[in-house]
Amino acid sequence: MSEVEETIKRIQSHKGVSGIIIVNADGIPIRTTLDNSTTVQYSGLIHQLAAKAKSTVRDLDPQNDLTFLRIRSKKHEIMVAPDNEYLLIVIQNPNAV
Amino acid sequence: MPPKGVPAKAKPAPVKPKAVRPKAKDGDDMTDVDGADHDDWVNTKALVKPDDQLELTEQELKEEFTRILTANNPHAPQNIVRYSFKERQYKQTSSVDQLAIHFALDGNMIHKESDEAQRQRTKLGIPDAHVEPAVSEVGEPVSAAADSEDRGDEAKEEAGDDAGTQAASGSEGGGNKKLTNQFNYSERASQTYNNPYRERGTATEPPPRAVFSGNVTQWEIFDAYQEDFEKQEKNKEKKVIPGRKEEEKARKRLTVTETSGDDVSRIAKAAKIVERMVNQNSYDDIAQDFKYWEDPSDEYRDNEGTLLPLWRFSFEKAKKLAVTSLCWNPKYTDLFAASFGSYDFMKQGNGMMLFYSLKNPSFPETIYETDSGVMCLDVHPEHPYMVAVGFYDGSVGVYNIEKKDGHLHRCTAKNGKHTDPVWQVRWQKDDLENNHNFFSISSDGRIVHWTILKNELTYQDVIKLAMPDSAAEGPDGTKITTIGCGTAFDFHKKNDYLFVVGTEEGKIHTCSKAYSSQFLDSMDAHNMAVYKVRWNPYHPDIYITCSADWTVKIWERGNKSASDKSDAMDASAKKPLFTFDLNNSVGDVAWAPYSSTVFAAVTADGKLFCYDLSVNKYEPLCEQMVAQKKKTKLTHLEFNPEHPIVIVGDERGTVTSCKLSPNLRKQPKEKKGAQAVDPSVREQAEIAKLDKILLMVRDPTENKG
Repeated sequence: MSEVEETIKRIQSHKGVSGIIIVNADGIPIRTTLDNSTTVQYSGLIHQLAAKAKSTVRDLDPQNDLTFLRIRSKKHEIMVAPDNEYLLIVIQNPNAV
Repeated sequence: MPPKGVPAKAKPAPVKPKAVRPKAKDGDDMTDVDGADHDDWVNTKALVKPDDQLELTEQELKEEFTRILTANNPHAPQNIVRYSFKERQYKQTSSVDQLAIHFALDGNMIHKESDEAQRQRTKLGIPDAHVEPAVSEVGEPVSAAADSEDRGDEAKEEAGDDAGTQAASGSEGGGNKKLTNQFNYSERASQTYNNPYRERGTATEPPPRAVFSGNVTQWEIFDAYQEDFEKQEKNKEKKVIPGRKEEEKARKRLTVTETSGDDVSRIAKAAKIVERMVNQNSYDDIAQDFKYWEDPSDEYRDNEGTLLPLWRFSFEKAKKLAVTSLCWNPKYTDLFAASFGSYDFMKQGNGMMLFYSLKNPSFPETIYETDSGVMCLDVHPEHPYMVAVGFYDGSVGVYNIEKKDGHLHRCTAKNGKHTDPVWQVRWQKDDLENNHNFFSISSDGRIVHWTILKNELTYQDVIKLAMPDSAAEGPDGTKITTIGCGTAFDFHKKNDYLFVVGTEEGKIHTCSKAYSSQFLDSMDAHNMAVYKVRWNPYHPDIYITCSADWTVKIWERGNKSASDKSDAMDASAKKPLFTFDLNNSVGDVAWAPYSSTVFAAVTADGKLFCYDLSVNKYEPLCEQMVAQKKKTKLTHLEFNPEHPIVIVGDERGTVTSCKLSPNLRKQPKEKKGAQAVDPSVREQAEIAKLDKILLMVRDPTENKG
């Protein structure tokens, strides 16, 4: 149990990582390192996008499943890893020194 | 067909004489069959021909045209089709009305006893014809009717003429009969009281509503089927095992506690993936290099290669320890195990075992801490989760990395523990009873064979490294056979029973599992301790050794070699095929898995040497400083079985990975269009390649001999 905590702490303290959000199946953030408004925004939007992506992958082949989703933009990269009930979102700026 | 009996042409017909009748004209259709009547009357008058009459020949005139008179209406359509709902198809009406109405005129006569007539009479004030005979004599209905008719007529006429006299005639008629007229007729009505309408209603509370929506996609259907399938399976199982209720209860309890556990624990897998992604982003350039970088300068320098440093793996707690052993995982080629301990006799402390993945260079996947320094480890080739380790305190252990609790087994002092540090362990193939087993070698001169029988570790001494040559003299003059200190061993790739042992005295013994008392062969290889022995992955008779005496030597195992080696029977006179001086104590040497002529060695001054015998037999292709800081000894080296990288461990607890440049990875080129080379064919090719080189080297020794 604490291993996962440690992992999350490590990710947080990794170079360039701005924030980490854990969202549950209903799209409600249960854990975050960002401020409230940003969290709510991220969780709402990304939750829908991840659901859509998962639906697309499974529609094409029902035995397949989404492992992760990466959105790279000019300013940073949003990494989304879906789990059975939860969604883990990490925002990282890879070019940060 | 033109209409028959044309009236227009009827005129000339009677004009023509019958005798001259045969002049039948076109359009003139006459079938005057009963012309017999007119035979008597002969018309002597001359023909009167109209101007536009057709001129026809006699023949043509005689031509008879048949005309038929039917009662059918030529205008009536004969093919009326109606849709029949009963039969659901269009049906042709069989009979069509053939009636043709030529003239219709609606008459305006109405029967005088009909309702309309009576109404009209009343309107006009004419007494009703029926009433009079009823009122007057009954016996004369006819005459009365006739009279009344007349009178009615008269009355009608009068009424028709003069509206004013209506009243009189009306009254005349009214005297006889009760008639409702506009003067006597009175309408009476009364209105009941209409109750005012009032609306009353009750509004109930609307039932609670919830919006329900669902998506049907292919995968939802698939999931539903899967669930159903699983349920069915469970039901089957339940039927099969009805008695295990307690177990199920226990299971239920477990599942309940699991689900009510901390939220964070369930995100473990996702967290792991994300960590790797984050690392990949940070070390993006290294990852790209690992995959795609090929040193372009290698094209111009044929005899030189380089090493590109990639990731550097270090762990906080292991910084004070030295890397004592490295091993790649045979199944997952991005995973490797590193053991940590201390080579320093004075500074002995804890040990560690870390499992790293190339995908996550910043943190190890699994960590094990031990009380004694770990000197060696080996991952089972078939069961990559089983790891055998040897400790500084002489004990050996087996770990299952799927369980993070600790070791599966650990031998004790009673259980065959070595009295000196264990320098190397190696898994063997499962024995006849499918038990896992491994060998260990230690400085106490024993090579021990351990078997895991029924979850216990049992040992068996295989051989003792006795030193027959120099028997030390004990205090009272008795000869005590000294025992050598084993430092390294390696098992032959193909003949499993054959293995080579290196000792601290610098001797190399070739042994067999079958003979426990004697060596098959032994020779003085080095002046100082032999740190590593390794068989060539392709050639069955070649092995390489490295030692603290700054040299790396390549040997050939020649048991029953050519007869001209008669003077080489003396063990000590055996000479290595190749000797390389590396200017400092060599910590480790390894053959490359892709070629029979490439090997690499690491030294205590932080350098890595890479040789390719097919290119250059005396000089290294690459001599590169790998350690970060100077004065760091490199302790171990391993080639990755799949990727072109090597990992190097040093005494500061850091593992560095480097990519080999193309010149160091030369493999025999396949002909274009040829199929992929069969592994056995490749092996043969490699062996042949090495043999060619050896021939060149062997020849002078043979000549000398």
